[in-house]
Amino acid sequence: MFSYPTVRASFIFLAIALGGLLVADIAITTANPWQDLGRFFLGVATPNFFSTEGLMTALLRTVAFAFVGVTIGSLAGFLLALGYRFLPVRIFCAFIRSIHELFWALIFLQFFGFHPLTGVLAIAIPYSGIFAKVYSEIFEESDPEPGRLLPPGTGSVSAFLYARIPDCWEQIRTYTSYRLECGLRSSAILGFVGLPTLGFYLESSFSQGMYSDAGAMLILFYILIATLPLWVRPKLLPFYILAAPFFLGDGFPIVWGNVERFFTEDIIPAPLRDGEGLAGLSAWFGDVMVTEALPGIWNTIVLTQIALVATGIISLLAFPLISNHFGGPVRRTSGHVLLVIARSTPEYILAYILLQLWGPSMLPAVVALALHNGGIIGHLIGRQTNTIQLRPDSPTGFTRYSWELVPRVYRSFLAFLFYRWEIIMRETAILGILGIYTLGFYVDSAIQNIRFDRAMVLILITALLNIGVDALGRYIRRKLALQTMQTC
Amino acid sequence: MPGFDFHGLTASFNGERVIGPLSLHVNEGEHVALVGKSGAGKSTLIRLLYDRLESEASLIPQGLGLVNALPVFHNVFMGQLDRHPGWYNALTLIRPFRRDRDTVKALLKELEIPEKQWIPTAALSGGQRQRVAIARAIYRQAPVLLADEPISALDGPMAHLVMKTLTNRFSTSIIALHDVDMALRYCNRIIGIQDGQVALDEAASSLVASDIMSLY
Repeated sequence: MFSYPTVRASFIFLAIALGGLLVADIAITTANPWQDLGRFFLGVATPNFFSTEGLMTALLRTVAFAFVGVTIGSLAGFLLALGYRFLPVRIFCAFIRSIHELFWALIFLQFFGFHPLTGVLAIAIPYSGIFAKVYSEIFEESDPEPGRLLPPGTGSVSAFLYARIPDCWEQIRTYTSYRLECGLRSSAILGFVGLPTLGFYLESSFSQGMYSDAGAMLILFYILIATLPLWVRPKLLPFYILAAPFFLGDGFPIVWGNVERFFTEDIIPAPLRDGEGLAGLSAWFGDVMVTEALPGIWNTIVLTQIALVATGIISLLAFPLISNHFGGPVRRTSGHVLLVIARSTPEYILAYILLQLWGPSMLPAVVALALHNGGIIGHLIGRQTNTIQLRPDSPTGFTRYSWELVPRVYRSFLAFLFYRWEIIMRETAILGILGIYTLGFYVDSAIQNIRFDRAMVLILITALLNIGVDALGRYIRRKLALQTMQTC
Repeated sequence: MPGFDFHGLTASFNGERVIGPLSLHVNEGEHVALVGKSGAGKSTLIRLLYDRLESEASLIPQGLGLVNALPVFHNVFMGQLDRHPGWYNALTLIRPFRRDRDTVKALLKELEIPEKQWIPTAALSGGQRQRVAIARAIYRQAPVLLADEPISALDGPMAHLVMKTLTNRFSTSIIALHDVDMALRYCNRIIGIQDGQVALDEAASSLVASDIMSLY
């Protein structure tokens, strides 16, 4: 078995994760974790949809921010995709997408304040980097033959419109609508940094122990995402896009003095601001590295590796839930519901809830990341097994699982997992805002202490870490000859 | 007599020579059939000739090169994208102009698929798709036709109709064909390709089918 490179790679990652568990801080610190969890589930079971009108407003704002942000992101991403063959454009896109929406929001909050622009840009900027990459991959995969057959002298715009776009349109549409769903999740969690979306409402209900309100919010969010294909229709889309900017709310006006100060003073490293020169700068940078960056990087990597393997285990356990090869229609339907819930709940919200119930440690983060990402990969793999035709006399039960199905889907399972590696790391860093000692924790505390120069350095380090893991993931996928598709 | 000169045509795949080196002269007004068994290098030769001729040739490749998501009209219209400014082409994508609609319609009528004008090519049968690629080549109005098995998916009468149309519409043509009788009937010069070299080059009138069969 160990002669397979895929199996060897799996066990290496498993060993790293087990090593990580030894040094990780995994604990339940609250006095009555199960009682709290019970109260939370009771809240979800007895949702209160009518406590305040704030809930509906928050829902509306969530949708509006998602629409405006994703629309701008896809347009900008489309333009960037046209120039994606130029290295500077590729580097720029890799950079903006390696910084999480919440970090962008934290940055913009410092100078735009609680203006709608903060939320819109926080979604639009990283999304345009992602769109640029995926659109350009779609363009590259399109059939080049029609373009080669065009009469010489055809304008490049005409050639693009006829020979490229129609061939890619379906894929572009599918991917963009998938991203809209992601945009709704991003928009919801922007509430955790104070924007008027669902996360804000959830956090305030939770802190007051109003679990029924929080339950109502979660249920509405699931319904919103599950019914997406019903209410987002091609014909209605222009209407939504035009209307969305009017439902962002007013927020607070932008103080332009803040914007100027942010760029000319706040983010300049303190020693340069105080005229201490390069010597002061290197001492300052060393201090940031030793006291904040290195512990943050270490914890981020440890948590990422544990969460990655946990995600893999959850995926392998979860895919039979929706596979045609096991159980009856009732089991499969409930399996679908479970996986939809797991993958539509943003990991940030899951982590927040678990953190409230179990107290601060790496455990809630690992469980949240594994549930969310495992739900996504389990869903994709389960769907893939439905296309497999087994011979009529094939074994059933666990033998079927372990001998017939897992070996057939294992390669694509690994491909998805390594594809999500970078996403898991980006989320791990951001979960620090909730109080786990990953990079996000140090970014958040630097901002709280009004040391934006430090925060910017830490955000840059986080971005570089993400770019590095992305490259490593791609290298491993290539080495193991694994293929992926984008919507995962 | 004016014509087209090709010198030193060569092509290799993975370091293995599949064509040439060979030279070819095609006179204006000639209809050349390329014959030979599959793998002899006919398709590669057609490609090479297209690269040399480019602006002077319409190409019907074996894979057809249709944009499956676009309707038949737009696939045919693509043959003349170079003749209009960008805005005209963009507008045509949304709503074609009357004049173009009529021209394309007449062409499709000639090929007996007028009712398919607004249907995406993805929804057509193999023979219908082949005729769309043929219509696009004709619509381009280049002086030379390069075609790679243009009638492979067409039944008897339709194949004759298409060969007649192609040889009427283009003053000069080079067509790869595996159907020897068709080659003799519609072309006036036969070039046999064997192992990437010219193994036979005669006027069609001086050949019978059995002369060509030796190539296979």
